[in-house]
Amino acid sequence: MTNSASNALVRLHSADNVAVSCRHLVVGEEIDLNDTIIHLVEDIPVGHKVALRRVRLGCKIVKYGAPIGSATADIEPGRHVHLHNMKSDYIASHTRTTVKHSGEHL
Amino acid sequence: MMNGYLRQDGRKGIRNIVVVAYLVECAHHVARQIVNKSGNDQVHLIGFPGCYPNAYALRMMEKLGTHPNVGGVLLVSLGCEGFNREALQQTVSDSGRAVETLVIQQQGGTLKTIAAGVTKVKQLLKQAQQTKMVPMTIDDLVVGTICGGSDGTSGITANPAVGRCFDQLVAQQATCIFEETGELIGCEDTMCQRATTPELAKEIELAMIKAANYYTTMGYGSFAPGNAEGGLTTQEEKSMGAYCKSGDSPIQGLIKPGDIPPGGGLYLLDVVPDGEPRFGFPNISDNAEIVELIASGSHVVLFTTGRGSVVGSAISPVIKICANPETYARMKDDMDIDAGKILTGTKVDRVGREIYDLTLNVAAGEASKSEAMGHQEFILTYKQFEPIGPGCLPARVS
Repeated sequence: MTNSASNALVRLHSADNVAVSCRHLVVGEEIDLNDTIIHLVEDIPVGHKVALRRVRLGCKIVKYGAPIGSATADIEPGRHVHLHNMKSDYIASHTRTTVKHSGEHL
Repeated sequence: MMNGYLRQDGRKGIRNIVVVAYLVECAHHVARQIVNKSGNDQVHLIGFPGCYPNAYALRMMEKLGTHPNVGGVLLVSLGCEGFNREALQQTVSDSGRAVETLVIQQQGGTLKTIAAGVTKVKQLLKQAQQTKMVPMTIDDLVVGTICGGSDGTSGITANPAVGRCFDQLVAQQATCIFEETGELIGCEDTMCQRATTPELAKEIELAMIKAANYYTTMGYGSFAPGNAEGGLTTQEEKSMGAYCKSGDSPIQGLIKPGDIPPGGGLYLLDVVPDGEPRFGFPNISDNAEIVELIASGSHVVLFTTGRGSVVGSAISPVIKICANPETYARMKDDMDIDAGKILTGTKVDRVGREIYDLTLNVAAGEASKSEAMGHQEFILTYKQFEPIGPGCLPARVS
């Protein structure tokens, strides 16, 4: 099944190597984004990012045409791009589970 | 057609609220009982919990007590706290508003103060009703914006739509304020390019360095776990999305909490304290930012949310713009605008226009959703600020 980009993914800038999902996307979907077919290898919740190209470890993740952090692993096209494979170039992000009861940051 | 309550300083209010303000946590219960027993949704509770004096807190309370949406003020003091109640009473009185102070230790305790307070509030409401109403135009309006509970949809739906609304308002000489320099980390270059003078650009650059240092010292960015659950991964990604709320107008000035913009245009509110970090996080939750937007004169606040915030505010109505269609479906009773429909093809401009129209309707008296449900959250904590630098408000060329 190939979906049109208008209801599945939005690429915000031509320089971007990630796109944002407009609805909950399911593994196995093939999405046609401006004649590039993205094969989803995992589910992508709404508002989350998916890699459009291969991004090497240490390279910038680009969204809005601007770097929003760096890859902490090699990322293949169609992969979910999030805390497990990228990080901030400014201040580290935190989740509920990375804060100990003492308040100490892991 | 908007009509506003004309205040002595020439500003016009879109509401005529009587605020009851506790000056230390010890007076909170008594003040809240006065508000509850007055049984009037035009009576709002505000306050400062600390016993130690703080110049910022005094200034904020002065700006809130003399806000154009406020028609009268009742101060509730325990009696022994450090807050300078005489100075606050004087400032409000000098603004032409009716103001009363009740000191619990002098009144004889809880019940006597509550009874006296209910009577005072009745009088204050009557006096506030005498305020002259005059026609109000778009250039009289001050509109603030904030995002809370952002997710991966915020920066592509609700935030850019608020940006379009801001552009429309600024084009008609309204005053628009965006904020939270800590949530703009990563956007410093593009913001500096939008400053109307090189001196202002320099001030913005310095404010951004301050924000990055402050948050680094605190150990956390302005980034909550829910942001990550909603698809945002880094501070700078969140910043790029948040920044869209400012629209495309030139940045006319940099202000700090309580500074009232001198004229129409787009202003950046620097909410990060000056000096060495002393009192903790710059703003401990969204309402702390909303209070600062209001202290700088905002008549109404545009609040974008992806995960789903429900808050409103004392003094000024909050309009909720929901970025995420799934959140909207779940929480639409709380949401004034469904911006998530941009994901399924509605134009950003169209939603921007919807926000603009609703802003004017709320300014004309229509209740926003949070306002109608009685949301009147308020929080004020310790902070310290230096006055803004000389380059922050460039002379305006007309």
